[in-house]
Amino acid sequence: MFSNNGFIILLTLLIALMASITPMPLSVDAFRPDWVLIVLVYWCLALPNKVNIITAWVMGFILDVLLGSVLGVHACAMALSVYIVVVNFQKIRNFSVWQQALIIGVLSAQYHLVVFWLQRFLSDVVFLPNYLYPVITTIVLWPWVFLLLRRVRRHFRIK
Amino acid sequence: MNPIFNQGTSPAHRLILVLCCSAALIFFDHKMASFETARGYLQSLVSPLQYMANAPKQMMNWAAENIVIRQQLMKENQIFRENELFYHEQAMQLSMVRQENERLRSLLSSPVRGEINKMFAEIISVYSDPYSHQVVINRGTNDGVYEGQAVLDEKGIVGQILHVGASSSRVILITDISHAIPVRIQRNGLRLIASGSGQIDRLIHNFVPHSADVKVGDLLVTSGLGGKYPEGYPVARVVLVRADESREFATIYSKPVAQIDRLRYMLLLSKEPSKEQSVKGANLPKSKQASAGKS
Repeated sequence: MFSNNGFIILLTLLIALMASITPMPLSVDAFRPDWVLIVLVYWCLALPNKVNIITAWVMGFILDVLLGSVLGVHACAMALSVYIVVVNFQKIRNFSVWQQALIIGVLSAQYHLVVFWLQRFLSDVVFLPNYLYPVITTIVLWPWVFLLLRRVRRHFRIK
Repeated sequence: MNPIFNQGTSPAHRLILVLCCSAALIFFDHKMASFETARGYLQSLVSPLQYMANAPKQMMNWAAENIVIRQQLMKENQIFRENELFYHEQAMQLSMVRQENERLRSLLSSPVRGEINKMFAEIISVYSDPYSHQVVINRGTNDGVYEGQAVLDEKGIVGQILHVGASSSRVILITDISHAIPVRIQRNGLRLIASGSGQIDRLIHNFVPHSADVKVGDLLVTSGLGGKYPEGYPVARVVLVRADESREFATIYSKPVAQIDRLRYMLLLSKEPSKEQSVKGANLPKSKQASAGKS
């Protein structure tokens, strides 16, 4: 993972982890995009030989520790979402950025629903529609993150 | 050039592997709670990330605190001075009442109450899981924090310490769905249990008979039963009592008195009576200063 400037991947993932816990005003807090998922999906599409399900699971695990949820919940959801990307990366690569954004939206929705389902299984939480608000911001954010990370990848020649 | 077809384990095998790992983690963490010590280490490992994530907000706060006009400061100072006078008067009263209480207690030959140690903490306002109510504070084992310690703000009980790291720890709030706290009504001493509802402004009291004397506006204070929370700190105020006879128990909701949605500074209470603080009430303001000075 660390050959050919691979540590940049790790750096982007760390920044994504930080972005997913930075404090935000209460009004926009519910719209926090899934930074870690977006960045993971990008690297899975671009370099599937470097970033795979295990990476996703480890990132989900760290997210569990950071968010204070039951260990394994976010890890499981993240691995499931990234699995879909890993299996279909050649198809998804050929879509336009906006089509990709919609796919990311579906993945993000799946991620949140799996997290909710597991939490529901563990303790009696009730479903609120604002658990799915991040899907919207994730869709909007994808093209920008895609362009930025592609630029990063080409600049540092990460292979 | 990378090969198009990946060698190595197939994605499906990897997925099965990690799903099994997740299932095992969830089982051992949730059902068996066997990660309590490991969680402490993990919390210490990720605390740099949390401090870094909190840095921009810290900077904004710092800037906002530094850019205040003189008039505002003078006004605040005035208010603080008035408050200090007010509290000082109360402390004087308190010392007298406390001595009297001790005398009475010794007459009844019941044990004299010990002092409670206090520690000052500030919130690291990082985002937490929306399904549970938790916050992270900037104190850990290095400062002597331990699991189960009671946490309060200037109004009342906030929660208790859940996981302790080296320099930060996690507080579970009283409104969390998995949390409950033994309380009593200050007015008549009736004991209840306040369970979290998952909503920031509501606690639920289950299994209260219709005949119980509960009124809207009653103040609920900690009862000290269960040993986690020291006795007598305000917790919540009753906001709704519905005596629907078709149900088995009365429906009672209360609202936490602590400002749970705008926490910043908090006090951690520890149970062991401190040795250096003598039982004389006169040094209460001093001990307050000492605990604030620690920060």
